[in-house]
Amino acid sequence: MAELSLHGVTKRYGDTVALDDVSMTVPDGSFVVLLGPTGAGKTTTLRVVSGLDSPEAGDIRIGGESVTSRTPAERNVAMVFQQYSLYPHLTVRENLAFPLKSPLLRTPPAEIERKVGAVAEMLQISHKLGNKSTELSGGEMQRVSIGRALVREPAAFLMDEPLSSLDAKLRADLRVELKTIQAERGTTFLYVTHDQIEAMTMATHVGVLDHGRLVQFASPREIYENPVSIYAASRLGQPRINILPADLFGQAPPGAKSIGLRPEQIRQGEGEESLVTRVERLGDETRLHLNFREHDLVTTVAAHSGLRAGDVVRIRPERPFYFDASGARTH
Amino acid sequence: MSSYSITAPTTAQKWGAGILVVLYAVITILPLLWIVTTGFKSQNDAIAYPPSVLFEPTLEGYVNLFTTQTRISDEELAENPPETWYDEIAADRGMSIVGPSRFGGRFLNSVIIGFGSTFLSVFLGTLAAYAFSRYKVPLKDDLLFFILSTRMMPPIAVAIPIFLMFRSLGLSDTHLGMILLYTAVNLSLSVWLLKGFIDEIPREYEEAALIDGYTRFQAFVKVVLPQAATGIASTAIFCLIFAWNEYAFAVLLTSGNAQTAPPFIPTIIGVTGQDWPAVAAGATIFLVPVMVFTILLRKHLLRGITFGAVRK
Repeated sequence: MAELSLHGVTKRYGDTVALDDVSMTVPDGSFVVLLGPTGAGKTTTLRVVSGLDSPEAGDIRIGGESVTSRTPAERNVAMVFQQYSLYPHLTVRENLAFPLKSPLLRTPPAEIERKVGAVAEMLQISHKLGNKSTELSGGEMQRVSIGRALVREPAAFLMDEPLSSLDAKLRADLRVELKTIQAERGTTFLYVTHDQIEAMTMATHVGVLDHGRLVQFASPREIYENPVSIYAASRLGQPRINILPADLFGQAPPGAKSIGLRPEQIRQGEGEESLVTRVERLGDETRLHLNFREHDLVTTVAAHSGLRAGDVVRIRPERPFYFDASGARTH
Repeated sequence: MSSYSITAPTTAQKWGAGILVVLYAVITILPLLWIVTTGFKSQNDAIAYPPSVLFEPTLEGYVNLFTTQTRISDEELAENPPETWYDEIAADRGMSIVGPSRFGGRFLNSVIIGFGSTFLSVFLGTLAAYAFSRYKVPLKDDLLFFILSTRMMPPIAVAIPIFLMFRSLGLSDTHLGMILLYTAVNLSLSVWLLKGFIDEIPREYEEAALIDGYTRFQAFVKVVLPQAATGIASTAIFCLIFAWNEYAFAVLLTSGNAQTAPPFIPTIIGVTGQDWPAVAAGATIFLVPVMVFTILLRKHLLRGITFGAVRK
């Protein structure tokens, strides 16, 4: 449990700049989610914080102390990897006990037994403790891998898409479970995901990375409602924000090149006509694919809407975002 | 089964493959079988022509192999009747056992030198292979090529320099000298084989161990070594087979103290005429350790322990 911070961290792999002068502070007890497409530097951030890679420039502090020159073991962070999660030559029980047996912790056997049992129970893998780790399904492997982090009491948890290989139900369960652990223990989390439900529901802060640069760091709500750029706006929201020419709906503010419309920024039943091209009923909501002056956009309507392809809907932008030619927000 | 499968062989294919394997096994096992049976033949059966396939087994060859004998007259025999079963076997041929032969000592030399050099080759090879696999070693490719280049000529090509070197260093006819020599020859094979095996082990396991609170060396011992067990076992078998069977250097560099079994076995022929059963008995016993070693490590050779551990 500690504050974790990066100060001007730069990391290169050969000619590629993986992290470019990244500074951010993960407050003690917060849950920070890093968003960005593949190659944005999310995993690199975790590797640099954990000590598996050392940055070319900058400083990393955990609990106010610089750890840049320390080994991963000395930093006392737990990490869940996206791949190769388990030691294949050990059983599930031995995998879970592995960090507790480390020369760093030297946990007494009775204590190991208790902690491993508790974590196995929480992750619903108690019946698999005696199995070889290679005999598990992908979802079970990943749960054990999360368990191996949870048995410890580290300064921070670093997780690299830990739930991505699990089925929907288990993912939802574990999402709640991780959030509960975070709330109960007050542990700092640095979490990488592609899943925006995870980002929206779990995060206290979201960091948006673009080609190694941190472009926005704020609460998920702030990023959703007040994105700094098209790039940041596109990270959150389902269906994705519609980006259209700024003057499509008439007068645009000076300097604006594009208009950004989330579904709730499209008022229906007023304004100008658009054609419904497709209706997707998802159960809890229904998505409308519209064609407006030869531009496609996607919005949502109530689940039981009677609209069908070929119908005409009037739409009007409501408090939209405007972006300039470089994609930065202007209004 | 009428359906066609690209993975499951048909009955005809299974039989075909089976017959080929059995045929090959017969061809390769026959000479071995010949050696093993000759060890249990009497001297007359051993040289009989046409060869005797059915014969009365005797331990004569083994007794001759392990003992030193001297010819005695019938009167002496009557005075000292044979006391043990092996005395009796010797007495049947008018011989009396006067002591053990040198075979036991030579065999022990083979064990010390063979296993000693195998241990050293695999130990040093694993450390070197790990370093080559994981660290940024300057001139890595050149170094690896240089290591391999030591195998590009037959080792015996450098026999004379090695002979001179051993003489001036006092390593001639010593166990240490032979262990060092066989280790030097085996090390290139061992480094290359093990590097391949260690390259196959994803670094993520070590990284996980580093974060779990272990040092680099502890991660190596606890995570890399167990997963490299398959590679270490097969490398050890290759190293042992070479060191165990090596003949040329053993002839050249050992004569008494550190002489191994391969140069000794042929000398048995000369002791009491052409004693083929004794030679065959020596060869049979000589086969056993490598066979046992291979069988013991077979489990590791067959078990792909890292298989299936990767999250898909």
